[in-house]
Amino acid sequence: MIAFEGVSKSFDEGRDFAVRDVTFSIPARTFVALVGDSGSGKTTLLKMINRLIEPDQGAVSVDGESVQGMAGYSLRRRIGYVFQGIGLFPHMSVAENIGITPVLLGWSREQIDARTAELIDLVELPRTYLTRMPSELSGGQRQRVGVARALAARPHIMLMDEPFGALDPVTRDTLGSEYRRLHERMGLTTVMVTHDVMEAVLLGDRIIVVRQGEIVADGEPQQLLTEHPDPGVRALMDMPRRQAERVRILMQERAARG
Amino acid sequence: MGERFAAAARLLPDYLGQHVLLSAAALALGFLISLPLVVVASRNARVRWPVLGFASIVQTVPSLALLALFYPLLLAVSTVWEHLFGHGFSALGFLPSLLALTLYSMLPILRNGVTGLTNLDPAVIEAARGVGMTNRQRLLRIELPLAAPVLMAGVRTAAVWVIGGATLSTPVGQTSLGNYIFSGLQVEDWVSVLFGCLAAVALALVADQLLGLIEAGIATRRPRLAWLGLSALLGGVGAAVAGSLAVAGQPAYVVGAKNFAEQYILAAVMTDRIRKQGSPATARVDLGSVIAFRALASNGIDAYIDYSGTVWTTVMNRRDSMPRQQMLQVMTTQLRKDHGVVVLGALGFENAYALAMRRERAESLGIHTISDLAMHAPELRIGGDFEFFARSEWRDLRDKYGLRFREQRQFQPTFLYKAVATNEVDVISAASSDGRIRAYDLVVLEDPKQVIPPYDAIVLLSPARAADPLLRRALGPLVGAIPIDVMREANYMVDRDTNRVAPGEAARWLESKIQRQ
Repeated sequence: MIAFEGVSKSFDEGRDFAVRDVTFSIPARTFVALVGDSGSGKTTLLKMINRLIEPDQGAVSVDGESVQGMAGYSLRRRIGYVFQGIGLFPHMSVAENIGITPVLLGWSREQIDARTAELIDLVELPRTYLTRMPSELSGGQRQRVGVARALAARPHIMLMDEPFGALDPVTRDTLGSEYRRLHERMGLTTVMVTHDVMEAVLLGDRIIVVRQGEIVADGEPQQLLTEHPDPGVRALMDMPRRQAERVRILMQERAARG
Repeated sequence: MGERFAAAARLLPDYLGQHVLLSAAALALGFLISLPLVVVASRNARVRWPVLGFASIVQTVPSLALLALFYPLLLAVSTVWEHLFGHGFSALGFLPSLLALTLYSMLPILRNGVTGLTNLDPAVIEAARGVGMTNRQRLLRIELPLAAPVLMAGVRTAAVWVIGGATLSTPVGQTSLGNYIFSGLQVEDWVSVLFGCLAAVALALVADQLLGLIEAGIATRRPRLAWLGLSALLGGVGAAVAGSLAVAGQPAYVVGAKNFAEQYILAAVMTDRIRKQGSPATARVDLGSVIAFRALASNGIDAYIDYSGTVWTTVMNRRDSMPRQQMLQVMTTQLRKDHGVVVLGALGFENAYALAMRRERAESLGIHTISDLAMHAPELRIGGDFEFFARSEWRDLRDKYGLRFREQRQFQPTFLYKAVATNEVDVISAASSDGRIRAYDLVVLEDPKQVIPPYDAIVLLSPARAADPLLRRALGPLVGAIPIDVMREANYMVDRDTNRVAPGEAARWLESKIQRQ
């Protein structure tokens, strides 16, 4: 479980708040999508969970333990982190990239080798890729390695910051649904930042809408799609519905003609 | 030509070995100091600009001046050291050269290192934090390996600069490939100059290629290539240093010499004589005028020839003049008392500063004395060597005769004589024992007011060798044994345009003249 308790964060000594007095919690095994415009504070929220960003006020806790109480690096070894920039280490092979957190944790060579082989299968890449360098991979393959690297030390929390945002739509869709299956199978708690409402609706168990550092909506996708008092949230959630509607009409017309 | 080439080649193991040792030590030290600075500067912008700014300022100081500045600095430190711990260290030679070149090597390493570390892909840095690396792990596993190729490119640049700059360590008493260049320039042995240049260039190219191998090995992640480059580099340094040591051995006596032909010849005479007494000896040539005396007083060298007038004015800071014998006596007691330096005696000739003109020019203007010269001076141009116009003799001459020239220029001694011969200047500062006075048909102007003090060549011994019997046996017979005409002829053998001989050969000829007396 992840909990935020009255958390605020400002990057300019209090003139503007990236996150303002936010309180919410995420139960274990939930897939939460954080949506909002760029600059809304959703990435700041995410990075406060693994202390890549420190809150000014309030407390963040993971499994009932305050994250402030532990060293940032050991916290991050327990939490998987995937982001749009991927950030594979260019001077290390795919296997070395996947095995990095276990190496930092001091696992034995055999354990690490077994785990990397297991993970490369899990993200559906051929094992021959283990010896390749990141520069030899396509964008989609790289992010598969990025996901494998994040999962290497068997975390039960995954933080994902627009993980598939830079990929082409087909790859993005494939990776998204494959990841959702991994989430189920491994019983993960996932927090994913995205600005793509469609992605949030299709992957998330719960959607949190953030605007100007505050949470303006929080609920199951179906719930937010049907009705919400805030006009901004309505407009946001309208988009996937309108798109789906248009696609449906197009298909009907085609069926009628054919 | 072939002979001079062979003579230069014989000196190569020693010069090259010392050059390599100095350059390698400076580069290694520069690298070791720069690396932590690079790390700190890349993480902290407030440290970054002072560090890079300081390194850039060091770079703008001409390298020769940087080397020269370390000498007085180290001398002061050595004096303090001596007070504190009872023994000083030599402020000449290896130490000032090493420090100056180390400073010189740092800018490219710092600049490239900081550029390499601050321009890494931010996504990679974020990932390094995200997977749970500590700051130290991030530096060692990610940042330094990724910045290494850029850093190595800086090391290559530094290596080329240091190898070039090391040639300038000769004037502060460190043997290097610069010995070919400085000595060659003095006696117009262009084969020697060229030999020195080519050797330095070849050394720089080889070092650059081997460092390039390491750089390529790191950049393309082929550790074996990097190790190959590194071992070849270390092997080369080891071989060069071993070669130098094998040639040099451990010289028991070091004879100093300033930077002109007469000094080279006399140093060769002295080392030959010490060897004949059964002890190894080497010459340390191309020392600056004041540096030579300081080196002697601090036992950096054991003996050298200086001139009474020079010591009188520059070491003892005396402005008055007195008769030759009396001056020599005062000097002998004073140097012994103040510095522990022994004046063994005068060689028998004088090498005084004098003003010289082309004979036909002097005659057409009717100039015989410096008083005559004063009347024509406003239309004439004077040339001097690098120290002449800074010396008290020149100030005295100028003030006592009222000399006001149209133009005043400085030349390297070799070019000074050429300049008067080709009418580029009308009057030059000349040395009275210089063979080129005859060669270029110059006349030395008389000094009726006796402004210029006597310049007897004198043998000086260091405090540590004050009572050394071998040195006294070897050098004692030189006192009073070299008349001016013999010295001039020996000088001319080295300075003349055709059939020029090496200083060592002129020394053997001079020795035969001394024997015959």
